[in-house]
Amino acid sequence: MLDAARLRADFPLLERQENGRRLVYLDNAATTQKPAAVLNAIADYYRTTNANVHRGAYSLAIRATEAYEAARAKLGGFVNAWAPEGVVFTRGTTEAINLVAGSYGRAHVGRGDTVVVTALDHHSNLVPWQILCQEKGATLRMVEITEDGRIDLSDFGTALERRPKIVAFPYVSNALGTVNPTAQLTRLAHAVGAAVVVDGAQSTPHVKVDLQALDCDFYALSGHKMLAPMGSGALVAKPELLEAMPPYHGGGEMISRVFDDHSTYNKIPHKFEAGTPNVEGAVGLAAAIDYLSAIGLERIAEHEQALAQAAIDQLTQIDGVTVYGPRGHRAGVVSFTYGDIHPHDIATILDQDGVCIRAGHHCTQPLMRRLNVPATARASFYIYNDLDDVAALAGSLVKAGALFGYVPA
Amino acid sequence: MDTSPPEPRLSALYQELILDHYRRPRNKGALEGATHSVSLNNPLCGDEIDLQLRVADAVIRDVRFIGRGCSISQASASMMTQLLKDRTVPQALALAARMSAMMQGDESAAKDKALGDLRALAGVSKFPVRIKCALLPWNALTDAVKS
Repeated sequence: MLDAARLRADFPLLERQENGRRLVYLDNAATTQKPAAVLNAIADYYRTTNANVHRGAYSLAIRATEAYEAARAKLGGFVNAWAPEGVVFTRGTTEAINLVAGSYGRAHVGRGDTVVVTALDHHSNLVPWQILCQEKGATLRMVEITEDGRIDLSDFGTALERRPKIVAFPYVSNALGTVNPTAQLTRLAHAVGAAVVVDGAQSTPHVKVDLQALDCDFYALSGHKMLAPMGSGALVAKPELLEAMPPYHGGGEMISRVFDDHSTYNKIPHKFEAGTPNVEGAVGLAAAIDYLSAIGLERIAEHEQALAQAAIDQLTQIDGVTVYGPRGHRAGVVSFTYGDIHPHDIATILDQDGVCIRAGHHCTQPLMRRLNVPATARASFYIYNDLDDVAALAGSLVKAGALFGYVPA
Repeated sequence: MDTSPPEPRLSALYQELILDHYRRPRNKGALEGATHSVSLNNPLCGDEIDLQLRVADAVIRDVRFIGRGCSISQASASMMTQLLKDRTVPQALALAARMSAMMQGDESAAKDKALGDLRALAGVSKFPVRIKCALLPWNALTDAVKS
């Protein structure tokens, strides 16, 4: 396991107390805390490098552009992208998927076509496809899940018989931590001619991502779930697909020549980056990638797996607790319920002990319906969490049980 | 493992009476012959209330609710329905105002016998994010009688 106590010292916010107790931050699937290295990179950018990119002819603007483009190259390398120009900076995963739906989707999906999603998908990889299908008169087909929260491969196969134009699924489930067989699903979808859109919001921070090996067509990610600032993120795509796609947002930067009544467009990736971009976000994301790379994604995955397993072991010992999702391999996400205690009540009680967890539907209402729960409580781990945090979670949960009249295990 | 007793604010929040209303809600289920009905939900935690009233001559003759959600929202709905039967609409709105005052920390409201079992929810005022839960059924009531 990682030396979480040493890493914690790099994160100023984690030194704070919450309700008079040591902060036990277990909502990393929602967003992660930021290390001083990232905070300093952002401050340094504004202190030394800030200017608008791709415009100025002066040295400062050139340095700002270089910093922005270096961040693009770094992110491309981090996920083994096809080429740096296949990395389009966005506000995050949601905007990246909306870009694919609004550009590629609108150009390729028509009346009577099918788009396939799964019951594991976050609303951000579902609602854009609903909007597209409604607009085009296309069918949205949701693939079912198995009882332990994995994509049902047999139903996936049945859905592919419709020869969908687009197949979208998450690499890692934000609600259950399921790690989906992304390369295999991609091969199956490609075999029927579908374009594959992978929601990488939860995978990029937690597993070593190799896009060329996965061979999907579009991959969306968020910086803020991997130590970088909110509002940073990207769509990583095969360059030839981006080349052929119509623009998404119109404005400055994305154009080549603008006439009174029409325009020609810039090269990729700039064609998809209208307006002044979030340069501080890109610079912060590059610093986060350096920080994570120095630790190593394989070690991060192992660490999270160990914490998730310890949490599952301790929580399932509490009479009345149900843990959802796969029992074997999973990312550091543990969703659970405790008897008839509503997850929102659990979160309030844990908060009094400084334990921050998420309670709710996790933006996965179709999944909650299939689990037959209105909501779950969710603990999600990252590099700065350790076994003491797992013990704090279990201990505080026993208190919640006592308040609601459950006999502690 | 930390086995220290829960702190007093939590014990005050999750009183026996609240858990009793949560687990054995009064007046739960559909209301025959409802004249007013409003569905509200709290997207933050997914609490849902479907409040149904039978109002005649500006008097609430009967009231029932269907809902699911946290203990605070469901107990508040159950307690509210106990109070509303045979109240005039202005009386019901006055109770809603009293309940709202209690959630803002008004101590005289917290001691007001007119609020009945709802006084057990006074502790919610110490948990700002949960006030919305307690007021959800009351907002449904206000919407319903004003519609």
